[in-house]
Amino acid sequence: MPVFNQSRKSVIILVFLITLAIIVLQLMNLQLFSSKYKLDAENQGIFRKVVYPDRGIVYDRKGRSILQNTTIYDLMVTPSKLKGNNTDTATLCTVLGIDSAEFKKRIDNIRFKYSQGYRPAIFEPLLSNEKMAKLTEIMYKLTPAYYLQERSVRDYPYDAAGNILGYLSEVDSNILKNPNYTGYVMGDYIGKTGLEKTYEKVMLGQRGIEFWKRDKFGKLTERVEKGAYDTAAIAGQNMHTSLDIDLQMLGEKLMENKLGSIVAIDPKTGGILCMVSSPTFKPRLLTGSERRKHIAEVLLDPALPLLNRTVGATYSPGSTFKTLQALVGLHEGVIDTKFTVSCSGAFYGCGGAKPMKCLDKGTFDLRGAITISDNTYFATVMQKVINNPKYPSIDSSLSAWDQYMYAFGLGHRLGVDVPYEKRGLIPTPAFYNQAPPRGFGKGHWNYCSFRSVSIGQGEVDVTPLQVANEMAYLANKGWYITPHLVDSIEGGDKYNMLTNFKDRHQTIDIPDSVFEAVHDGMQGVVERGTGGAAKVPGIVICGKTGTVENYYKGVKQPNHAFFAGFAPRDNPKIAIMCVVENSGKFGGTYAAPIVGLMIEKYLKDSITDKNRLARIDELSKLNLIPPRIYIEIKRQDSMRHAKDSAYLIAKGYITTIKDTMEMDQSDEEDALDKIKDDTIPNVKNAPAKKDSNDNKTKIKPDAILPDEKKKPETKDTANKP
Amino acid sequence: MYQKNASISKGIDWLTVLLYLALAVVGLACIFSVEYKSGDNVVQNFLGFKKEYSKQLFFFGASIIVAAFILLTDSKFFTATANLAYAFGIMLIMATFVVGKEVGGSKSWIPLGFMNIQPVEVCKIFTSLALAKFLSLPETNLKKIQTQLIAAAIAFSPALLSVLQKEPGAAIVYFSFALTFYREGLPTLYLIVIFSLTILIIASIVVSPIVFYVSITVIAVLFIFFNGRKIRRDMFKLVLVIVVWLMCIGVKLFLVHALFDYVLKPHQVVRIFTTFGIDDYKFKTPERTAEIEKELAKLGTTRRKPGEKVESYNVKQSKIAIGSGGFWGKGFLQGTQTRGDFVPAQNTDFIFSSVGENFGFLGCLALMLLYFGLMLRLIFLAERQRSTFSRVYMYCVVGILFFHVALNVCMTLGLAPSPGITLPLLSYGGSSLITFTILIFISIKLDADRQMILR
Repeated sequence: MPVFNQSRKSVIILVFLITLAIIVLQLMNLQLFSSKYKLDAENQGIFRKVVYPDRGIVYDRKGRSILQNTTIYDLMVTPSKLKGNNTDTATLCTVLGIDSAEFKKRIDNIRFKYSQGYRPAIFEPLLSNEKMAKLTEIMYKLTPAYYLQERSVRDYPYDAAGNILGYLSEVDSNILKNPNYTGYVMGDYIGKTGLEKTYEKVMLGQRGIEFWKRDKFGKLTERVEKGAYDTAAIAGQNMHTSLDIDLQMLGEKLMENKLGSIVAIDPKTGGILCMVSSPTFKPRLLTGSERRKHIAEVLLDPALPLLNRTVGATYSPGSTFKTLQALVGLHEGVIDTKFTVSCSGAFYGCGGAKPMKCLDKGTFDLRGAITISDNTYFATVMQKVINNPKYPSIDSSLSAWDQYMYAFGLGHRLGVDVPYEKRGLIPTPAFYNQAPPRGFGKGHWNYCSFRSVSIGQGEVDVTPLQVANEMAYLANKGWYITPHLVDSIEGGDKYNMLTNFKDRHQTIDIPDSVFEAVHDGMQGVVERGTGGAAKVPGIVICGKTGTVENYYKGVKQPNHAFFAGFAPRDNPKIAIMCVVENSGKFGGTYAAPIVGLMIEKYLKDSITDKNRLARIDELSKLNLIPPRIYIEIKRQDSMRHAKDSAYLIAKGYITTIKDTMEMDQSDEEDALDKIKDDTIPNVKNAPAKKDSNDNKTKIKPDAILPDEKKKPETKDTANKP
Repeated sequence: MYQKNASISKGIDWLTVLLYLALAVVGLACIFSVEYKSGDNVVQNFLGFKKEYSKQLFFFGASIIVAAFILLTDSKFFTATANLAYAFGIMLIMATFVVGKEVGGSKSWIPLGFMNIQPVEVCKIFTSLALAKFLSLPETNLKKIQTQLIAAAIAFSPALLSVLQKEPGAAIVYFSFALTFYREGLPTLYLIVIFSLTILIIASIVVSPIVFYVSITVIAVLFIFFNGRKIRRDMFKLVLVIVVWLMCIGVKLFLVHALFDYVLKPHQVVRIFTTFGIDDYKFKTPERTAEIEKELAKLGTTRRKPGEKVESYNVKQSKIAIGSGGFWGKGFLQGTQTRGDFVPAQNTDFIFSSVGENFGFLGCLALMLLYFGLMLRLIFLAERQRSTFSRVYMYCVVGILFFHVALNVCMTLGLAPSPGITLPLLSYGGSSLITFTILIFISIKLDADRQMILR
């Protein structure tokens, strides 16, 4: 049989070979020359799972854990596995307290967001204990479409010390942009305030990474190379603090219904025993399932519960300042302990105009002057210091005085390990040399221009922590250690965060005898002077009251009550201060009894006497919140008929709700602040012309309402009687 | 001439058998790698027939038995029953209209209980036999129009029926018989015209209209310029060139629009468009545009950025899987894309992507050499046949194989639209595996009996 067309075989083979060549070329293109596909494959086929380590635990001075981790559950759902069982869905809705429309909305949302619902997603995050209990009962009906997923959240076993411990919050875009916080991604949590913020690095630990294979639904199937490339997570370091949680809780109780602070320090170590800022917040309300409900409420409260007043608010120190003036006077040699001043009713050292009144008429020596808090005595002492012929000019004498104040820990940040510390204000020659209205202008001032500083009013501002620290300085007779909360870190202080808490600060040598004289006076304050309410049977307490006049928006407010002291006198174990804002009356009335109870609690470990217990309750119930806060609340309420802040944002009353108080401005900003003219116009209308210090306490609570309400309520202005 | 075979193995071309076995084993391995999840109890799965790899192993066993039966059959049986078998095949396809089972929108499957068979698939065997029978008649001549028409009728009837069943993918394979026709003497002009037309249609949708018109005009002018002397001698040729030129424009203006606006189904249009990355085609009616958009969305086609080409999700995933394999591949069962089920239909149409990911460029090259080795071997066998019947039949087999392999592989590599045809011997599916086994083993049997005169 003849074979036709045999040559066409070659053509066919040629076509085959061309096709083969095209295929091989495309294979080379895809597999050998292009790296795009390998990257794509890794991106979609391999998942870098970040393993979050447990955050460090915080213990108090007796080893009790005050900040730890707990497990909470998210309810997860895989919509593709949902069966159309309506009764189960209805049960679930009842338990979660949602209606079927909300249910459908959530499921649709998940389907839309996560690959048509093949991937599990959170249906209800952070289940409360109550919901959790009900859910576990019906869970068997809900599987496999639903399951519970663990998540670790912070837990506060004593539900106290919220301001100190701080809380976590999701990172925001500002943090993601900040080069100091590299490594954080959207959805991570970061310490926002308190120790959680300061010791973020220590407590965070090291994140681990697991490499997982995943399928097209994003479900993780198995480890890559059985985990050969994985990095294990390293748990955060635990920290031991000097805090006494019992004392802290007592302090918080005593300060209920009041604005103010209590700070107690162990003078030997600088360790902070308690740091109460009132009003405060229950830290459990800002963690886990409660957070969503309460964060707005806490942020919008005009009493600023998130503000840590112990370091973030400044006040004129009032008469507690006099103890320091005594030290300066004695050490400078302008007075001795025998030096007496008699007060006929006021200080006339500056002539007849506007005399500074004294409360008790009579003649006093140093001890007596401290005991009864005689204004005239200390005005005279400071006058002698400033007008000391040893110094060629008032500039140099005031500078010398400033050096003492700095040595006492005033006028600068102490460096405590809670964030947002204020520096306070100690007036310098440069400060008064500024042109009016801020200062007096160079050459236009003398001692009489600022004589009220001598009694702790006027252009002097301190934080409660600085006052407590100055008491530690007095108790130690001439030195202090930077106040701090964290004593030690388990596994070593890798980031050198505790180095500054070891050194004694002792820049001026003042002989013990000088201190003894001041201590005598302070003991007298409690035993027979203005601070009798602080008396504790069996304990020798040295103290000093303070009654601070202050202004808010140019209106004179009730006095702040101050009491500061230490105990016992011979071997001081606690240095303490208390301020009750706008309590009215005197420092001895409200602040002294609180300090007395705190000292008793700390030194005797417990308070058993019935009368004393009754006193605690009485003080706790006493409501001293100034009326302006209530006015503020009322005004807010009337604006909040839409209930949520969204309304306020829409109306432009709030621009944003920020999660922090954002008070840690940089130093230079602070320095500018100090020199810059007062930016709040209506403060200039304040009666006292020289109270230029009040913007030092300008807190910037971005969460607060309209502009004219952004006034801090802790602002003090000195009054010149 | 007739002689009784002393043994079943006499005259068998073992190289072909080996190539066949190698491909079938690779297929099993690939299906296993796609389906296997770590922690599976493999033995239990093989015994339980729950998984597709265990079913495929069963089909493979069945194929071996079928192959043995074919080798035991007398070759004369195939020539004798060719026409009958063809009639049976056509009836099978017709039967699907009555008893057909719907699988994936087309009613082209006949349920047999343990498996479903697709008559269009099986009918390739019968068509090949019938074509061989017809073309081996001494009076047929593919240069004659009558023979051409009858051969075309035999070849394309099953395809036509298949189109009526809305399964055009299977029908397109019947174009592979053109290869046989060409070998058997069909004038080259036919193929050139068909090839040119295809190129023309693709070109007209890929390039912008101005480029298209300018290009064909330039080609025509160049043609006239270089053949000036011939044209001066015979003005008819000039007229011919002008007619062809006009036809090209006609294709662009009418045929292309007719095809994409009316004839082709939306999903077919989308497949073609995504292959060539076309997204600026203007449809005549807004309804059609909406349909196409819907289809694009359905395919998982993403049009992420304005500058980016449209790409079908399936093809993109297939390219990622193959591309990530690199030179050496990730190793058997190590492919992240295969294990993560990223490539849709990876058991069947996209099985080549698992080869690409697991075994890399080397594996793909080896597989291609196996396929083309098998085809070239079959061409070699065909050319040594004395009987026209055997040669025509074997060329049919080669054509079918070539069409399947080339289209399927090009589809997984993103070079061709995906008509939904399987990769022979590798893709999961009893129908496909057994069909190809029968096709190849009849060739082997015919070759073993090449001394006989068959017609």
